[in-house]
Amino acid sequence: MSTRLATGGRLINTDAPMRFTFNGKVMKGYAGDTLASALLANDQMLVGRSFKYHRPRGIVASGVEEPNALVNLGVEGKFEPNQRATTTELFDGLLATSQNHWPSLEFDVGALNARLSRFMPAGFYYKMFIHPRPLWKHVYEPFIRQAAGLGQAPKGRDADSYEHFYAFCDVLVVGAGIAGLMAAKSAADAGARVLSLEQAPQGGGRAPVDGGQVDGVPVDKVVDQLVSELTEMPNVTLRLRTMGAGVYDHGYVLGYERLTDHAPDQPGPRHRLWRIKAGQVITATGAIERPLSFAGNDVPGVMLASAVRDYIVNYGVSPGDRVAVVTNNDDAYRTAIAVKKAGLDVPVILDARVLPEDSPLMAEARAAGIRVMMGHGVASVMGGKRVTGIGVCAQAGEGAVLEEIGCDVVAMSGGWSPVVHLWSHCGGKLQWDSDYAMFRPDVHKAPVGGDGAAFVRTAGAANGHFGLHEIVGDGHACGGLAAKATGHTPRKTDAPQGDSPSEAPLAQVWIMPQGAGKTLRAKAWLDYQNDVKVSDVQLAAQEGFESVEHAKRYTTLGMATDQGKLSNINGLAILSDALDQPIPQTGTTTFRPPYTPISMGAIAGEARGAVFQPIRRTPMHDWHEANGADWEPVGAWRRPYAYVRQGESVHDAVMRETRNTRENLGLLDASTLGKLLVKGPDAGRFLDMLYTNMMSTLKPGKCRYGLMCGENGFLIDDGVVARIDEDTWLCHTTTGGADSIHQHMEEWLQTEWWDWQVYVANLTEQYAQVAVVGPNARAALEALGGMDVSRDALGFMEWADGTLGGFDARVYRISFSGELSYEVAVRASQGQAFWDALMAVGDSLGVMPYGTEALHILRAEKGFIMIGDETDGTVIPQDLGLHWALSKKKDDYLGKRAHVRSHMADPDRWKLVGLETLDGSTLPDGAYAVADGTNANGQRNVQGRVTSSYHSPNLGKGIAMGLVHHGPDRMGEVIEFPGTDGKTYQARIVSPVFYDAAGEKQDV
Amino acid sequence: MSEAGTHPGGHIAHITQAPAQGMITLRGDLSTSAVKNAATGVAAVDMPARGQANCVEDRGIAWMSPDELLVLCPYDTVEANVDKMRATLGDAHALAVDVSDARATFLVEGTHAREVLAKLAPVDLAPDAFVPGMFRRTRLAQVPAAFWMRDARTFQIVCFRSHAQYVHDLLKTAAAPGSAVAYFTG
Repeated sequence: MSTRLATGGRLINTDAPMRFTFNGKVMKGYAGDTLASALLANDQMLVGRSFKYHRPRGIVASGVEEPNALVNLGVEGKFEPNQRATTTELFDGLLATSQNHWPSLEFDVGALNARLSRFMPAGFYYKMFIHPRPLWKHVYEPFIRQAAGLGQAPKGRDADSYEHFYAFCDVLVVGAGIAGLMAAKSAADAGARVLSLEQAPQGGGRAPVDGGQVDGVPVDKVVDQLVSELTEMPNVTLRLRTMGAGVYDHGYVLGYERLTDHAPDQPGPRHRLWRIKAGQVITATGAIERPLSFAGNDVPGVMLASAVRDYIVNYGVSPGDRVAVVTNNDDAYRTAIAVKKAGLDVPVILDARVLPEDSPLMAEARAAGIRVMMGHGVASVMGGKRVTGIGVCAQAGEGAVLEEIGCDVVAMSGGWSPVVHLWSHCGGKLQWDSDYAMFRPDVHKAPVGGDGAAFVRTAGAANGHFGLHEIVGDGHACGGLAAKATGHTPRKTDAPQGDSPSEAPLAQVWIMPQGAGKTLRAKAWLDYQNDVKVSDVQLAAQEGFESVEHAKRYTTLGMATDQGKLSNINGLAILSDALDQPIPQTGTTTFRPPYTPISMGAIAGEARGAVFQPIRRTPMHDWHEANGADWEPVGAWRRPYAYVRQGESVHDAVMRETRNTRENLGLLDASTLGKLLVKGPDAGRFLDMLYTNMMSTLKPGKCRYGLMCGENGFLIDDGVVARIDEDTWLCHTTTGGADSIHQHMEEWLQTEWWDWQVYVANLTEQYAQVAVVGPNARAALEALGGMDVSRDALGFMEWADGTLGGFDARVYRISFSGELSYEVAVRASQGQAFWDALMAVGDSLGVMPYGTEALHILRAEKGFIMIGDETDGTVIPQDLGLHWALSKKKDDYLGKRAHVRSHMADPDRWKLVGLETLDGSTLPDGAYAVADGTNANGQRNVQGRVTSSYHSPNLGKGIAMGLVHHGPDRMGEVIEFPGTDGKTYQARIVSPVFYDAAGEKQDV
Repeated sequence: MSEAGTHPGGHIAHITQAPAQGMITLRGDLSTSAVKNAATGVAAVDMPARGQANCVEDRGIAWMSPDELLVLCPYDTVEANVDKMRATLGDAHALAVDVSDARATFLVEGTHAREVLAKLAPVDLAPDAFVPGMFRRTRLAQVPAAFWMRDARTFQIVCFRSHAQYVHDLLKTAAAPGSAVAYFTG
């Protein structure tokens, strides 16, 4: 059994006991524990079930590479699945439950899958769920969805807050192990601004556990000294609990800080996403130990050798009384020695190597009285939910059990792989090091910046160095070089001298024993979480999945939540062997950010609730809100769709507003319309290029409706242009077009017509603009008083400056409704007061505010097009019968050339018409008119579609506009529109102008 | 180090919406004396260099782009100042226009003001990297904004009027109690 030792545990504080709950059972731990160490201290080795076969899973590792110990944490708003117990700091009251089992962790029905594992090989899902096809949708897909995913999706709203932080530095050091600390110190000594990130709650990495001395001082003391020096330096920031998540172009790096995961009651954000711009990045990310592939290596109690000594040294936790060690390298001997020092038993070290003489570590182990069996390995593991013993075999053989040895823990080491993830994210290349059987960064092929120079460097174990001396020296040198690359002068100091025992070379062992037969290979796990075994990868190779990327996806190797941190190298070594090619030729799968999963909350940052998305508000927004506005998003704005009165439906309100505007007086908040001021000696010719019609001939004081096309001839915007003075025009754009048309203008001025003398300013928000519409519009303005708005003084399509009711105002006599109409612009800060004044004088004139839907109906009754309804990026002015707005006098305008292209001039293009249902009903918006026959795909042919459709309260029937093949030539013809409601609508082709075709009402 | 709690609601910085500020957009050839005189004549400060702003209380000039300045003046003098600038500009090709009502301004004040902004703007806000006298057009989270420092602990932010509520909420969120980063303050 695993338990807490009486002594030891450099990271825990036994004076601060804590209680936590696992699967409803209350357990005890200490401050400084991880959830994993605390579980082990409570003899909870079994922590979950695997994904496919629901095999019992125990804690394997002590860090981010842990594939098994993933738990649900917290409840309700604090619930989060798939949390790694090995990186979850214990806190008092922590609540954890295990995942992927039913009905319980101890007894799981899904474990039956394991009995069937023979029938569920690699590619099982692909092979099984493909035929018969019709079963996919209703049988297979629901089944697979049910089986997919480990933890449960959170149901409650996240109770925590998150944020981003932009940081800039000269040198960013990822990892504060001994190499990272050395690098940070030498870069900081050179005067560079240094940011150092460490994912763990403490610096030092593995060094304090693995031991050794630097300049004669024990390495843990050196770590403490470096941490305290760096903390004191004004040009250094050391952030613990902050992981370097990803490295991107231009020295952009994401850091993931976990502020309150260990202290949930602390105020402030839970996670902070650091968005870092670094001159140089140093990845000092250490290395991860590899498992060995032997039969039964997934039984709970089989652990990484390094993890076993981490639990003993860091947390004072014994994973088991008897620890059998199996290795292909010297490092695992450190574990054996640590176990022995803790007063526990090491029945045997099985070393797959056969060496001529003992290395210092081997000699030390033997001197401690540990039995060492060279050339041996594990043939089998006894036990189901917990290791009870191992069968020993010769590594060179086929797995005949020579001896059975009882043990509770198997500490395995297959060598170490540098953490090359961050090095690789932005294009750093790797090279194969056959001495250590690992991929290490190829420092000559580093990620490069815009200047072609390397911006990522790597140091220490991440760079493939494993001796303390090399690690310390590499970190020291790397920090200096990075500082130099950012324009600082490193101090000329000698690297500190580390000492560590020399180690015997490792032997490459990818399968144990070497001649393991089919049965053993089918029990030798590579990916613990996804249940990928040696036999699966071999089968994939046999079935032709030769690319490592294909084999990964076919077998799901490395696709679990640990993203292959343990399985990657072992898997591709097996694949290489099966393909009979060297490992570097197989290569690795792609290392993508983030290094380990980061929370969705951190990615979203502050963007939730009120600040999820910016909402643009007009000066009268609050009034609308207080007066029943049913909001409609228009661009980033919110505009009232209708003002709904008590007891009224939204539709009722729209009908009432539409009628009232024609009969009495309507007010529309038109402030969102774009207002672009265009000024300069060349402004006239500039606008002649931008609009399809002529703007340079417009007289000051006059307005003209204009169309804008893009270079390809399609309509992009429309609006009324007013000429202000000799060299100034004010261009109104659509609400959504204000910013894009401003940008469009600037782009042409800055790139094509850079020598034209024109300036543009976006005045959209400088003004509140109110459309005063209806037969009583003039009376309302006259009641305000201050300027002559009579027909003679201010004719249709004219504007004038003046005062209205004491407000400085610019009044445009324009109409988008066909009624007598004025649009009045006042300073935005006066907008609400002006609106109030209009409501007051309008009281006796039947005033009602109206929303965007009434606006749409009013314009549709008049056959006015709307950008975004009648246009969709594929429509040209000719389609809409707007030939009159295409100037023939101009040599050129944007879109002119495109309009003569054959397809644009094609008489078969669908053209705008009005549509009127025979029964007065309202056509479904977007419906298609069907034609005879079918197309090449067997679909009904179509001959037109509805672009706008409304019920008109003024006309008492449905009205619509649409684009119809040869439409204008087919007046009176009836065509059919099948609706999605099962009904087929019959509609007659008519003129799009349904109301006041002569235009008399707006010109009174 | 921290003065959290000294601001209303325990926020790590003091956020206020500033009173209306007169603002004039001036576009033109910034190297010409007509344009320079138009700006300095109204703001009564020197022309700023690229990326800089010279501001004294509610008067100042901010460099917006190679052909654009933002001229600050008391709100109630804007109209007169626009007229004055147009007179100074004479026949020069330039554009001077009142944009005061198109904007909202905020003040972020306190020891952690830099951190509050660094949560929202991709700008190097280290005390030696961004100092009074500088001006930055950038974004705050999802909207455009510009800012400068009124003094060593106060930022003045300009955003679009329609975004005022969002920016207010954003600044309050970024200044939430307990959210000090301690990156600039140590």
